[in-house]
Amino acid sequence: MSKPTDLTIAEAREMLARRALSARELAEAHIAAIERLASLNAYITVTAERALADAARADDRLARGEARPLEGIPLGIKDLFCTEGIRTTAASRILDGFTPPYESTVTRKLWEAGAVCLGKTNLDEFAMGSSNTTSAFGHVVNPWRRRGDNRDLVPGGSSGGSAAAVAARLCLGATATDTGGSIRQPAAFTGTVGIKPTYGRCSRWGIVAFASSLDQAGPIARTVRDAAILLRAMSGFDPKDSTSADVPVPDFEAAVGRGVKGLRIGVPKEYRLPGMSADIVSLWERGAAWLREAGAEIREISLPHTKYALPCYYIVAPAEASSNLARYDGVRFGMRVDPGGDLDDLYAATRAAGFGAEVRRRILIGTYVLSAGYYDAYYLKAQKVRALIARDFETAWAEVDAILTPATPTSAFAIGEKQDDPVTMYLNDVFTVTANLAGLPGISVPAGVDEGGLPLGLQVIGRPFDEETVFAVAGAIERAAGFDALPAVRA
Amino acid sequence: MSLDAATVRRIADLARIAVTDQEVARLQGELNGILAWIEQLNEVATEGVEPLTGAVRMRLRLREDMVTEGDQHEAILANAPDRADNAMGSFFAVPKVVE
Repeated sequence: MSKPTDLTIAEAREMLARRALSARELAEAHIAAIERLASLNAYITVTAERALADAARADDRLARGEARPLEGIPLGIKDLFCTEGIRTTAASRILDGFTPPYESTVTRKLWEAGAVCLGKTNLDEFAMGSSNTTSAFGHVVNPWRRRGDNRDLVPGGSSGGSAAAVAARLCLGATATDTGGSIRQPAAFTGTVGIKPTYGRCSRWGIVAFASSLDQAGPIARTVRDAAILLRAMSGFDPKDSTSADVPVPDFEAAVGRGVKGLRIGVPKEYRLPGMSADIVSLWERGAAWLREAGAEIREISLPHTKYALPCYYIVAPAEASSNLARYDGVRFGMRVDPGGDLDDLYAATRAAGFGAEVRRRILIGTYVLSAGYYDAYYLKAQKVRALIARDFETAWAEVDAILTPATPTSAFAIGEKQDDPVTMYLNDVFTVTANLAGLPGISVPAGVDEGGLPLGLQVIGRPFDEETVFAVAGAIERAAGFDALPAVRA
Repeated sequence: MSLDAATVRRIADLARIAVTDQEVARLQGELNGILAWIEQLNEVATEGVEPLTGAVRMRLRLREDMVTEGDQHEAILANAPDRADNAMGSFFAVPKVVE
């Protein structure tokens, strides 16, 4: 039998149900793996005692035949989800000592489904980054290595700890969040599956806010089926989130094997960037060929405003962030630096000491684009461009049922690369950010490796609330790709 | 549009983030780099386009105007960096605001 840490969620669920494996054994194997591979720095907080207590309760329920959908499944939780009684950091110094007195809706749903909490995974500070190097708790190391090169690689970001933990077998699945690509880009960099569902599908309540009109929670897992299992448990209407969608949650897992016969798949010509690597181009062509062979029709489409998506995002997201992060003022929670002056001095000193460089930069950009005299030129303009980007997709949906693109413009890069200027790092999200601006579901599926043996992902984007088609296409890609490469470092 | 050092200081002041002179110089370069890149949006014709404020055009729901989660005084104060407990009750404590 395979090691407990190598199981998929679907396999573990089945073995737990027929008592071939106990939730305790599964939790213990993961806790040992996390300790052994602590050098990856995938977790900020490990909750071993909590995991064992959760597992004991799961074993009781399994024994009584009262198993819930995720009974005994050990998960990592991105440290952006507030967890009652467990330190929550957002990977920022400014939340020093913060222990939430409440539970985020998504994690509450997971615990109510029987999942086991292994701990809180590392991330870019306040989810701002594409490399997991902005964390106040240190960078995360990608468990993959480039052939013939022993440099540590980034796992992507911002959900880098979740992606690295899933890839290195330090959990069976993990929660993540995606504001511009923070689920899909790290999934692509680590050979894992990550889905950002439709905006409104998962409640944002209790998730530390970055850019509220873009933030969505979703899972990272090792198979498309596992991602579907987790997303179903995470989804659903929540009156506590004013933008939560009151729509039924389908059985996403059932859609994974549905096939793509008769589906029309769009390939947007604007995603073919000048200078794109041959590996990415051929992966994309191979993906289209697989879907054609599986019975789908491939159509070239046009999304004419694609090139403006990233600059649009870098107005909208910092603007919303500057407003959301105003709450960190050293008064009600977290760090306080009191230089001995008035209240404004306390705010300014606390925020200077508590926020890292990238977060400060984005707050300042956001403050500027919202400030008197510049609002129309920047923020209003960006909202209009955002409307045009959304309209591009609405037009496309008349012709196609899903859209196929690369997930990222490159494979994982070395820690310290792309740090020369902020814009170079921002370009990582060029293929993923459009789905956030338009509120659409997007998944990244590992589909091949580059010449250095590093994983590459394909992205499937779908209509609003049509994650089922996204899962069906992703399932077809997964079956055709037969991706079986493994990271160099794993439990 | 290019930001001068005084504007960077003014933005930092609005954002309540203390900055040193050295940081102002560095931020000026970084922020101008980002803004120059953002300005390509000016190539897009947006006359008559309704701005999109959220990911979906949804109408916000209304609910009954009643207390749903009251009496959480201690939970709310539990993470306070500094608090004052006196005969009037329990409060977040801050430096003196009014003389």
